[in-house]
Amino acid sequence: MRHLITPLDFTVSELTQLFDLADDMREHQAQYAHLCEGKKLATLFYEPSTRTRLSIETAMLNLGGRTMGFSDAGSSSAAKGESVADTIRTISCFADIAAIRHPKEGAATVAAQFSRIPVINAGDGGHQHPTQTLTDLLTIRNLKGRLSSLTIGLCGDLKFGRTVHSLVNALARYQDIRFVFISPPELRMPDYITEYLDDQNIPYEEYIKLEDVIGRLDLLYMTRVQRERFFNEEDYVRLRNFYILDAAKMSLARNDMYILHPLPRVNEISVEVDNDPRAAYFRQVQYGVYVRMALIATLLELI
Amino acid sequence: MLNVGKIEEGFVLDHIKAGKSLEIYHHLGLDKMDCTVAIIKNARSNAMGKKDILKVECDINTLNLDVLAFVDPNITINVIKNGEIIEKKMLPLPKQVKGIIRCTNPRCISTIEQELPQIFYLADEHRAIYRCRYCDAAYNPNGITG
Repeated sequence: MRHLITPLDFTVSELTQLFDLADDMREHQAQYAHLCEGKKLATLFYEPSTRTRLSIETAMLNLGGRTMGFSDAGSSSAAKGESVADTIRTISCFADIAAIRHPKEGAATVAAQFSRIPVINAGDGGHQHPTQTLTDLLTIRNLKGRLSSLTIGLCGDLKFGRTVHSLVNALARYQDIRFVFISPPELRMPDYITEYLDDQNIPYEEYIKLEDVIGRLDLLYMTRVQRERFFNEEDYVRLRNFYILDAAKMSLARNDMYILHPLPRVNEISVEVDNDPRAAYFRQVQYGVYVRMALIATLLELI
Repeated sequence: MLNVGKIEEGFVLDHIKAGKSLEIYHHLGLDKMDCTVAIIKNARSNAMGKKDILKVECDINTLNLDVLAFVDPNITINVIKNGEIIEKKMLPLPKQVKGIIRCTNPRCISTIEQELPQIFYLADEHRAIYRCRYCDAAYNPNGITG
């Protein structure tokens, strides 16, 4: 039995298979419409999420399966003090596969340790969000036709942004990847990520101004400064408006530089950019459904 | 100078930082073993000024010393057989440390989940960095970093 706790749980060749399956599901959706008939997905969401929960549930419904679960800790037995270990042991008796989101880092690791069914980490605090990473990789592969030989800019909150940490670790396994980290000094990429890149001889540069480097990028991954990651409201207010991507900045970018964003967006991408053909963040949401379909089918060993 | 008799078989753990011997006694689980142990505290040392020494009389195959490299890599491990030193051991850093240190990342699941074992893995041998098995936060004796 397999779980998805971090993006590195799958090898590069396993990811290629997963993405091939996701592409096939996108092209031949009807062929997979009954694949999960009789199977149940439990969504255990201890903190609010619209996109990820609905995306995973949509993926299961598209495959003909059913879904159940809770969408905040208040309506679960966690409110009575039940541990993650006990919850997953119980859910293992009801469902065939579970997706868990929890505010504490490592919660999905604990769930997988005690589970009798495959566990999908749907986000554990500021730690990992592997289905977002799979979404990002599938999107990049479809937009650029490859996952190698790319210069990728990551902009915004690089300190607390779990999606960027996971994405860097995942992309670092492909050939000829160059990273450009764009952030205010307070939100720069953590040392353990840059040390890892140094050890692997993977080139990266750090910038403060987006305008200085946007013209050299193949892809720009924007992130939101997240209020919930700050203990101090003052710091949040000071940093949330640091980057706003608008039409003027996009005029400096290449014609084939796509913009990705894990969403939700607040104000870091101006709405005037939405109609730019390079704005790919809503297409990214659609790819997220296909990659989660492929993931569910793979973890349930139905393929 | 205090004299403690020779041991026939076991270990002499020398150059323990002064005052740390009891901590090591517990880390090695010696409190749960039925063997003779001498704890020498604040012995005179030319190199260290003061040091602690632990003498443990036991079958040399029964005691797992792996954790020592994590607790204090400067400890000298003398292996004794038939009353003689047969080996001075240098231990590599253990791949995993269980139940020795606690994760202090306030966001880690191990801070709220009952009875979860505290496990750290060796993430970077070169820099001697251990990370929490659950949240990947690096262990630092003064608090969690990176």
